[in-house]
Amino acid sequence: MVLALGGFLGATLVRLAPGFGVDEEELDSRLNQESMQALRQSNAEEASVASFYLNYWGRLLHGDLGVSRTLHQPVRQLLAERFPETLESVGLGLVLGWVAGLALAMAAVMARTGFVDIAWSLLASVLLSIPAAVLALLFVLVQAPGRLVIGLIVFPKIFHYARNLLAHSASLPHVLTARAKGLSSGRVLLWHILPVAAPQLLALAGVSVSLAFAAAIPVEVLCDLPGIGQLAWQAAMGRDLVLLVNLTMMVTLMTVLANSVAELAAAPLGAGEA
Amino acid sequence: MKWVRVGAVLFLLAVSTACLLADFVAPAPYAQQFRDLPDAAPSGQHLLGTDDLGRDRFSRLLYGTRVSLLLAPAAALLSSLLAALIGGAAGFVGGWLEDCVMAATDLFLSLPWLFLLMMVRAFLPLNVSPVSSVVITFALLGCLGWAAAARVICAAARTLCGSDVILLARASGSSGFRLLWRHVIPNLKPVLYAQFWISIPVFILTEANLGILGLGVAEPLPSWGSLLRELENFSAFSAQPWQFVPLVLLMVTVGCFQLVLRNQELWA
Repeated sequence: MVLALGGFLGATLVRLAPGFGVDEEELDSRLNQESMQALRQSNAEEASVASFYLNYWGRLLHGDLGVSRTLHQPVRQLLAERFPETLESVGLGLVLGWVAGLALAMAAVMARTGFVDIAWSLLASVLLSIPAAVLALLFVLVQAPGRLVIGLIVFPKIFHYARNLLAHSASLPHVLTARAKGLSSGRVLLWHILPVAAPQLLALAGVSVSLAFAAAIPVEVLCDLPGIGQLAWQAAMGRDLVLLVNLTMMVTLMTVLANSVAELAAAPLGAGEA
Repeated sequence: MKWVRVGAVLFLLAVSTACLLADFVAPAPYAQQFRDLPDAAPSGQHLLGTDDLGRDRFSRLLYGTRVSLLLAPAAALLSSLLAALIGGAAGFVGGWLEDCVMAATDLFLSLPWLFLLMMVRAFLPLNVSPVSSVVITFALLGCLGWAAAARVICAAARTLCGSDVILLARASGSSGFRLLWRHVIPNLKPVLYAQFWISIPVFILTEANLGILGLGVAEPLPSWGSLLRELENFSAFSAQPWQFVPLVLLMVTVGCFQLVLRNQELWA
């Protein structure tokens, strides 16, 4: 349902954009009247959102995702070629962001000294203040692997949220009791702080997938990584409606799946807490 | 920490004042081209040098800051108002309306809205004027960014409606619009302020990302996004370090918003 509505919303927004139906190719003076007419005819087929979307779903049910107007290739083939690259970038970025964010958040909470907390918070705040595209440009400049940028974009959000959650859990009475009884810091963290924060951290995992996919667009464009983020940018620049709708639905599907998995995983923990 | 926040507010005020007075402070109009001085180094006449078209970088930075700093809060105001209207009504009325609004926010939060933003921005007319492009870009940001804030406001309104204050107001004969206007909205103000402040840096950074990708504000009107696009042609850190001034200003400004934001979160 969300998937269908997402695709429809994307197509509708594009259709309502004031420049829809205008093609740069129409400015090409080498095209004769017949070619121009054919071009306008092909644009007219997409003019009605309802008919475009019904045709699209009709084809989709037969496994046909259509053909990209700008790249002149079947969309299914383009997605099959580009998606693994994005999955690899997003996967690596998520692992890096989560490992660094969660580890530093735990260190900041468990150290209980202002200096450690301030140092990591400052680092996260600096990273939060830099646009993803600028980070990607800086990585290109120093010839560092572009994939790491997604990790740097995910890290500060994970750190801030996890730090606040863990600090809240660490201030609960049962944690104070555990500390007073002489339990080691590791045991207190593993058995008394993390389980309380786990449901919210799992919910954050779902959100971070969406964040990583959004970050993939500028990173792949500027670092020249041939994934679906770069494909989306090419489709946007080429006004390729078929490709854009497919990409929007695909990323929506990934986000919905990630959120659903996170919710399912968090459900037993939440019940346990209750 | 309080003094750091005061410093952040003072910095934001200084930058806002400087960019509001850009017409008087800037040494040249943002589009004026000094054709005999392309890519000039900083000098007394051009404090940050000129770009490849010979335009004064300092003037463009002032005008670009004005565009980003005025329109990001405007977009944040639009998204906060939409969130207050939709989320507040859902939390206040409850029942089927709340279910519908929550389903709509779920849908909006599941959508990759940077993809949607790129789609719509890319389908604007090829000859769109710079002013239209800037208004449309920020209006889109405002229209697409309401969902998360609406959820928070809906939850706050629902909690508030079950509180003793509202029960007492109902018992005193307040109902309908009067209850909403006199008791619910004033109590939701801290949450609304917090959502407003949260949105501003998000919209500034999104516009910067779109601008660097060539899908932001159209030339020759400057914005932080279009100014940062110059970094694409950068070859070394030491070559022209003054080109990093817009980035440093953007980072410090967003950092200051985050510091103010923490204060707002405490209010909420």
